[in-house]
Amino acid sequence: MRTSRVADRAFQVWGLVATVSGLFVLGWLLYTVFADGLQRLSWNFLVSFPSRKPEQAGILSAWVGTVWLMAVTLAAAFPLGVAAGTYLEEYGKKNRLAGLIEMNIANLAAVPSIIYGLLGLGLFVRVLHMGRSVLAGGLTLAILVLPVIVMATRESLRAIPPSIREASLALGATKWQTVRHQILPAAMPGILTGTILAMSRAIGETAPLITIGALTYIAFLPAHPVMAEFPFLSLKGLFDPFTALPIQVFNWVSRPQKAFSTNAAAGIIVLLAIVFFMNGVAILIRNHYRKKIRW
Amino acid sequence: MKSRTIQRFREKTIEGALLSSALATVLITFGIIGVLLFETLEFFREVSLWEFVTSTQWTPLFQDKHFGILPLLCGTFLTSAIAMAVAGPIGLVSAIYLSEYASPRVRNAVKPALEVLAAIPTVVFGYFALLTVTPFLRKFIPELSGFNALSAGIVMGVMIIPIIASLSEDALTAVPMALREGSLAVGATRLQTSLRVVLPAALSGVGSAFILGVSRAVGETMVVAIAAGQQPKLTLNPLTSVETVTAYIVQVSLGDTPYGTIEYRTIFAAGMSLFVLTFAFNIFSYWLRKKFREEYD
Repeated sequence: MRTSRVADRAFQVWGLVATVSGLFVLGWLLYTVFADGLQRLSWNFLVSFPSRKPEQAGILSAWVGTVWLMAVTLAAAFPLGVAAGTYLEEYGKKNRLAGLIEMNIANLAAVPSIIYGLLGLGLFVRVLHMGRSVLAGGLTLAILVLPVIVMATRESLRAIPPSIREASLALGATKWQTVRHQILPAAMPGILTGTILAMSRAIGETAPLITIGALTYIAFLPAHPVMAEFPFLSLKGLFDPFTALPIQVFNWVSRPQKAFSTNAAAGIIVLLAIVFFMNGVAILIRNHYRKKIRW
Repeated sequence: MKSRTIQRFREKTIEGALLSSALATVLITFGIIGVLLFETLEFFREVSLWEFVTSTQWTPLFQDKHFGILPLLCGTFLTSAIAMAVAGPIGLVSAIYLSEYASPRVRNAVKPALEVLAAIPTVVFGYFALLTVTPFLRKFIPELSGFNALSAGIVMGVMIIPIIASLSEDALTAVPMALREGSLAVGATRLQTSLRVVLPAALSGVGSAFILGVSRAVGETMVVAIAAGQQPKLTLNPLTSVETVTAYIVQVSLGDTPYGTIEYRTIFAAGMSLFVLTFAFNIFSYWLRKKFREEYD
């Protein structure tokens, strides 16, 4: 009797230690990154191209490339993901096809990201002749995050009480009118939260971009999207080669010189700042609407 | 009357559009299988399947070419085993602690922090493994080489802790309170209740979490590409440099391998092996989870 009580206490302590150990490593990681990289962080670092000389190198082409990629990824994955999630949750709930699609999405979400890179390489770069462009990279990442957005959409739709649907249908609204004007607006905060989290994952993805052949050394930017003359908007940049923030970090990490790993640490600080900011915004949206909506 | 027809037509069109979006996700799976299969079949025109699965050397980038996948699988197995040795016990103990012991206050503080750990890009963990953990371990193991399976595996394990902890915790929390109350009422301690009543009841869910963790470790790329090295070796020595399936794909992708050559096709053959492996894990995990869901309905 006595020993089992002692074992219970001991486990409680051990459980706390185990739970906190992950956080301890997190702290250690953040400490080393900041201790190494903070000194290197400056305005020049943000507005300079990469260079052979570590002290002159910067992340301009990297973060601009990341912005381009995210724009393509969002434009492709958001509409498709929300539409697919809406179908599965509101239309095809009970049929066999929907069950199959659901299993497929659960499986896709667990496929290693580098496999998506091979798909992007075979499909976008080769078969569709997009080359190693921003467009090919953005679409590859879009496919990667699509399952996450579909699942987030379904979860948010599921949280809307059936009474809302029934009330709308009882007033004579069609199914689509109900979905479009009642269900989707009510579920939007949840969908947006999931989308932001998905994008914050896409921002850090390195392997699929390396696989489709993103260059690690780029000293120019994709063509500027805004022009002085008509039609003012140019999408030529979509077809330019690119690099991205995690690729630049990887490139610097793989070099033996100490000065480059310091650059990598500084790049990581920028990357983590973006990722944490996006996660923070997602949590804020979630909390804000959770308090506001009471069914 | 006419507007009715138009409306019905509109409803049907929209439903069709939504359905095709949902079907697009199935197309992705077919796309993955199609691309991998096409290039892999081309690969096996030049290399026999027998050599692929039995040869103990992987040297497609050298003059003397050998195409045995075993050394790469061995590297993947080694790093994943180390990762699971770290993430398995810690993740499970954390899950039991969070679901059976921790006060709501502790839980609400710890869970978001674990989510932060899960949100960190893998390239950052690669930096950490190569430039922090390896030098640290070298203080205790001087013969540890600069690139090694050990620190890559350990860091990968830390990365996987949140997955195993949070999915296992979900499974444990889903066990009905009555089971715990029954056990405590006959005089069992919390530990005995957790280990002998709650954990067995949630076993399929916990198993599903572990398998998903293994699948993540097998498919993880950046940590091993940065910190484990690029030497395909048939060894289980964690102190030396190895190469995983994923790290090999990265290595070839970084070089300028011309399209259509046998070197180019090796990455699809390697990718196919990886896909088959993780696919099997994922389906098994999905099946376990579905089975467990029905248990207490």
